[in-house]
Amino acid sequence: MNDMTPNQKERADKLEGMGCKRKRVEDVRFVQGKGNYVDDLKLPGMVFGDFVRSPYAHARIKKIDVSKALALPGVKAVLTAAELKPLKLHYMPTLAGDVQAVLAEEKVLFQNQEVAFVVAEDRYIAADAIELVEVEYEELPVVIDPFKAMAPDAPLLREDIKDKTDGAHGKRKHHNHIFTWEVGDKSATDAVFAKAEVTVKEMISYQRVHPCPLETCAAVASMDKIKGELTLWGTFQAPHVIRTVGSLLSGIPEHKIHVIAPDIGGGFGNKVGAYPGYICAIVASIVLGQPVKWVEDRIENLSATAFARDYHMTTELAATKDGRITGMRVHVLADHGAFDACADPSKYPAGFFNIVTGSYDIPVAHLSVDGIYTNKAPGGVAYRCSFRVTEASYCIERIMDVLAQKLGMDPAELRLKNFVRPEQFPYQSALGWEYDSGDYHTAMQKALKAVGYDQLRAEQKAKREAFKRGETRELMGIGVAFFTEIVGAGPSKNCDILGIAMFDSAEIRIHPTGSIIARMGTKSQGQGHETTYAQILATELGIPAADIMIEEGNTDTAPYGLGTYGSRSTPVAGGAIAMAARKIRAKAQMIAAHLLEVSEYDLEWDIDGFRVKGAPDKFKSMKEIAWASYNSPPAGLEPGLEAVNYYDPPNMTYPFGAYICVADVDVDTGSTKIRRFYALDDCGTRINPMIIEGQVHGGLTEAFGIAMGQEIRYDETGNVVTASLMDYFLPTAVETPKWETDFTVTPSPHHPIGAKGVGESPNVGGVPCFSNAINDAFSFLGSTHIQMPHDNWRTWMAAEKLGLHG
Amino acid sequence: MAKSHVKMTINGKPVEALVEPRTLLIHFLREQLGLTGPHIGCETTHCGACTVDLDGKSVKACTIFAVQADGGEMLTIEGMANPDGSLHVLQETFREHHGLQCGYCTPGMITRAHRLLQENKDPSESEIRHGIAGNLCRCTGYQNIVKAIQAAAAKLNGREFKEAAE
Repeated sequence: MNDMTPNQKERADKLEGMGCKRKRVEDVRFVQGKGNYVDDLKLPGMVFGDFVRSPYAHARIKKIDVSKALALPGVKAVLTAAELKPLKLHYMPTLAGDVQAVLAEEKVLFQNQEVAFVVAEDRYIAADAIELVEVEYEELPVVIDPFKAMAPDAPLLREDIKDKTDGAHGKRKHHNHIFTWEVGDKSATDAVFAKAEVTVKEMISYQRVHPCPLETCAAVASMDKIKGELTLWGTFQAPHVIRTVGSLLSGIPEHKIHVIAPDIGGGFGNKVGAYPGYICAIVASIVLGQPVKWVEDRIENLSATAFARDYHMTTELAATKDGRITGMRVHVLADHGAFDACADPSKYPAGFFNIVTGSYDIPVAHLSVDGIYTNKAPGGVAYRCSFRVTEASYCIERIMDVLAQKLGMDPAELRLKNFVRPEQFPYQSALGWEYDSGDYHTAMQKALKAVGYDQLRAEQKAKREAFKRGETRELMGIGVAFFTEIVGAGPSKNCDILGIAMFDSAEIRIHPTGSIIARMGTKSQGQGHETTYAQILATELGIPAADIMIEEGNTDTAPYGLGTYGSRSTPVAGGAIAMAARKIRAKAQMIAAHLLEVSEYDLEWDIDGFRVKGAPDKFKSMKEIAWASYNSPPAGLEPGLEAVNYYDPPNMTYPFGAYICVADVDVDTGSTKIRRFYALDDCGTRINPMIIEGQVHGGLTEAFGIAMGQEIRYDETGNVVTASLMDYFLPTAVETPKWETDFTVTPSPHHPIGAKGVGESPNVGGVPCFSNAINDAFSFLGSTHIQMPHDNWRTWMAAEKLGLHG
Repeated sequence: MAKSHVKMTINGKPVEALVEPRTLLIHFLREQLGLTGPHIGCETTHCGACTVDLDGKSVKACTIFAVQADGGEMLTIEGMANPDGSLHVLQETFREHHGLQCGYCTPGMITRAHRLLQENKDPSESEIRHGIAGNLCRCTGYQNIVKAIQAAAAKLNGREFKEAAE
């Protein structure tokens, strides 16, 4: 790029290709209110479905009487498990190998579980009818605390699978046990711990949270009984998977199911799985022969569709006295709620949690995870994270600080001492991953310098002295976090969902006049795919991005793909589109050679076309080549310029970053102020710096929400007490800190354009960084770990426990 | 249910309709009039995705009835563009400064920002942050939204927009 002539630079700039801050094409419709979201859809004869939900967390259903609801004018149907059972649709398979009740049959297992589906002419009548459905319950004892779920006398939750001794991932140890997953070398790890100079151990909990995109989940199902075809519009992050699952469940042939994901108002993992609302809308449409719309409200969203985290991680590190880590041992108690509906690649019941050794060269490690049932909502989605990576990152980054504290070492110094070194890449981790690339020391040093780390520590020291002298009631915390993500699921050798390998795809067509339509197997929910994929193509094919249309979300036209989550769009579909473009360019080279009457080996690529080497005047632009491909292709060559690529990545990608946070904590009120937050991200090749920055801002804000206040909390009787936006913390513009962003670039060696993905990094790195800052504020008083979320009350309690309130 | 007769002006055009007294303004706009720009995010007045401008005030359309808007003058995102069809300065600056991602909060956010700039022609950053505190965004982290509103204010005040130094 740097040795371009002015002419080449001008032509390259016109393309708006990779590396430029191209304005987003999506915005033109969004800023005018012309986005097209599921709830905007209005079809002739469309009716509305809504759920009767359980008020109890655990109860036997004695009787359901729908007669009064059915008698209400405008009510079209009421579905219960009794109607779904003959169709074998009262349960649906989950991505994790379990089943989930679509409508509760004999028991309800969490508050707000779906019990009946009312369909009416409009949403108001449906709401009226819900009140008229009479359900008689017999309350049962509830299990909310995951640590009590496996007590010998704990109530049996899943009667439907009580005789199952084998789960999807091995033997079940207890009637509320789902799986045990083990990775690493247990005996070698135990041996290291037995003779370690220094060890630390901490129970680190990552509370239950919810992705809470601004648009809730929704679907419109429309069954054409004459053609036997089902069209399903929905908030689907993975529309093709929904089509396949829909076909397997309903028996409707897959080619007769048309799944369309229109514009999606944020996903963050919430919209990956299949929910009872989708199934009920489909069944109701088949029964009624009318389109049926289902849109959940916010309370339903927060309390019934998905959750994230709820990981309770007993974490240990072994080290030498001078701070060299020698081993890691982690046991996780994973609360999966009432059904195991985790959205993970099938072979990974705890996702990629075995990235838990983080950015450090830890010679030996052992991890075990026990998944258990409780009376809480099912889910276990990757909330802006690649399959439990944020839990892993929180675990290692928190325990690193605990170790630093014990060793009396600076947390940054401890990290620098233990980082995987640049020459060790590709690096084989003790828990089984091959890190593709990284330069952690450079990133960390750049971050420390940018914030003036040494001065900050000096200021903190002075403040602590002043606090001890009683001159201030404020504590200063400095949070350091260095994360390594694992994204881009993934290679077919280890990643599949329900047996479908996790490749992704692109189909490119160049029209005669040289404009392009490209269709992708992924689905944007705000990431700006229509803008960035076009930039990749612009650079690869020399066609201006403005002449390229990107289309996603229609399973009839898009090639099969596994969708957008886990930061996989750029690493996987980004690879597919580059590879498909290269197929086209190879063909274009043959056409150019024909037009210029030279051998194709005499040609070289030059920004937007091919040039004869050594003959600068002999040049054919891609636009000219496109025209020729339809009108005068070389003899024997197929006309047209199209290509499809299904990209099966050779490895995951491993973005990383160094984050530093400065927080001031008022010990008397527990309130905290984020004074400064600096985020350095290395996501490899940068496609659109403006969009990257936006993704980082957004991910940091979600991390701020999680670390500082979000929690899906239940009382002891199983009532979910944080199910509205009054109680569930979403940061407003007032609380949200100002973000400073920075970057280094370490391209992925195996990715066609060297890109690694960025959307989730700020959440993965942000949460530990905030938490470390709050913990750091109190660490000099002997506190090792304060549980998240760090809201004012918990922070005040931490101060209270330390005796700071006199 | 007996319906009420309502008349109002929406985006400069007279509208007359029959609505059930219990119909929320947001459902009237979206389902009866097909104005699907304002969105529903919570139905409890927290998120602001449904924000419209009614009689010179920002109103969350999920929390008032359509009949309460009878006789009113309303502006929704669909009426924000200039008469010649070009984008309103806020629509321009939101795009220019990457003040949106999924687009779901955007109509409410821009409609709110428009009223904010009527209430306070030259707000400080803090005033902007407080002024949009009733509108939630899950994607952007607000920083670029604030920047977009600052840039629009500068433009409306005939000033060149300079990004504040970090």
